[in-house]
Amino acid sequence: MKYLRKNDLIMLGLGLVIFAVLQTLITERIMSSFWQLNSIIIGINVIMAVSLNLINGYTGQFSLGHAGFMAVGAYVGVVLTTFFHLPFAVALLAGGAAAGFLGFLVGIPTLRLRGDYLAIATLGMSEIIRISIMNIDYVGGAAGFKGIPHHTTFAWVFFIMLFSLFFIKNFVNSTDGRACLAIRENEVAAESMGVNTTKYKVMAFTIGAAFAGVAGGLFAHSFYLISPNSFTFMQSFNYLIMVVLGGLGSITGSIAGAFVVTFISAALASWPEFRMIIYALALILLMFYRPQGLFGYMEITDYGPFRKLLKKGGRKHE
Amino acid sequence: MSDALLKAENVSEVFGGLKAVSDFNFYINPGELVGLIGPNGAGKTTAFNLFTGVYQPTTGQITFAGDSIVGLKPYQITQRGIARTFQNIRLFSELSVLDNVKIAFHSHVKYGMLEAVLRMGRYFSEEERVEEESRRLLRIFHLDGQENEKAKNLPYGAQRRLEIARALATKPKLLLLDEPAAGMNPQETKELMDMIRWIRKEFGLTILLIEHDMSLVMGICERIYVLEYGSTIAEGTPEEIKKNPEVIRAYLGGEG
Repeated sequence: MKYLRKNDLIMLGLGLVIFAVLQTLITERIMSSFWQLNSIIIGINVIMAVSLNLINGYTGQFSLGHAGFMAVGAYVGVVLTTFFHLPFAVALLAGGAAAGFLGFLVGIPTLRLRGDYLAIATLGMSEIIRISIMNIDYVGGAAGFKGIPHHTTFAWVFFIMLFSLFFIKNFVNSTDGRACLAIRENEVAAESMGVNTTKYKVMAFTIGAAFAGVAGGLFAHSFYLISPNSFTFMQSFNYLIMVVLGGLGSITGSIAGAFVVTFISAALASWPEFRMIIYALALILLMFYRPQGLFGYMEITDYGPFRKLLKKGGRKHE
Repeated sequence: MSDALLKAENVSEVFGGLKAVSDFNFYINPGELVGLIGPNGAGKTTAFNLFTGVYQPTTGQITFAGDSIVGLKPYQITQRGIARTFQNIRLFSELSVLDNVKIAFHSHVKYGMLEAVLRMGRYFSEEERVEEESRRLLRIFHLDGQENEKAKNLPYGAQRRLEIARALATKPKLLLLDEPAAGMNPQETKELMDMIRWIRKEFGLTILLIEHDMSLVMGICERIYVLEYGSTIAEGTPEEIKKNPEVIRAYLGGEG
């Protein structure tokens, strides 16, 4: 067990090194502004994918409404910074809290539904959020919210991403995380092992929504303008693609999925019409050759060289 | 019989027009090993589902250790000390054997979510304890060495044993076994019988089991209930049950 503590430190150190390298590239202007923006988008997408993975991959609840929670976090955030001139951190936290609270409220009734029905209910919920925002003139309605202060920097995104990854990794490797896994595997058996399935489904949904809200705040503050059209259900699908491509129930997978999808869409920025074709092809190929995703239920630390490096403790024991 | 551990009084369960269990009266005393037998569709598993809160009785009362458990959710009943295995194995099949057992310790883990996420406080000591106790249970059920195997990859008999190990991890007072010997060969059944006797003594358990294998039921049960079409047709010691004309009729047919 003491390896666990050591592993966390190694991971944290690795994170800091990666940050130092990327931040140098940015400050020395070696990275073009196009890729600077994309590195921020990747970080946000990692937060979105890993939080969606907690709901879809770990707890097995098929949610299609992640963009809706992101929208709540984004709009709450921009209202606080633009109209009330509150600090960025407060706006992010408030956005996350609002989205989490909404996730909690929506979760209680909808999580009685299973599979396809839950997917449809969450899809409907995110559309309700988007259309409600469209009709609120206070936040600009359909035209969008203009004049957002540009607060989001690479450092903000990177450290919040790191925090999200650690939070969700630690959650998953605890008794609460195991309860979520049990629900995914067999709800009846989970209940008869003493797991309050409703509580943990709502908990996973709330945590996932809260992180989506924070990611929404980061997203909004990297642009001058946001509009409800940034949060359509296509966006929810986008995050789902990242999760499925990377592998359900894998944090490494979510990171990889967010990278791959963001790179593809950035590389194809000039030919947006090809993007959906490439996504579709990628997914079809994946379903043929690797239905569990790039890292289905596995972490990079479960593989040979990393196992040795970290003397892996944790979920898969030697 | 007021000191019975589990007691059902006039319990009926109606699904639409079907009376799955009618006027079921049952008790089990602390430390007893009782069998529930009967032809397919007699209502045995329904009785289990009533005891564990999966179904709610249409009428009647069920008490556990003196308190009514009607209306409680399955997880609450588990927390009070009733654990079960399933007729059609319900393991967490994509998870490792070790994680299957660890999950069952859920109600006995004493750290909060915040402690887990921040890796503080009792997280490490509790995880260590859960791991140790899980491994000990796996050793008892001869599953050590397979901790990291996915549960779905275990052979059938081992999956049955893992289900029992997992049920014991919830630290029950009463263990309900739903056809523990289903699909086992005579040798495995014999080993299972020894194991059931042993865990009963070792863990101070009360055990209720459903079984079709008569050698097992007659071999280890102290008292037997016989169900047919949702009604209790006989109750007594194995000797009494063997001679009971009603039971012979139910099992072999004929005019009895």
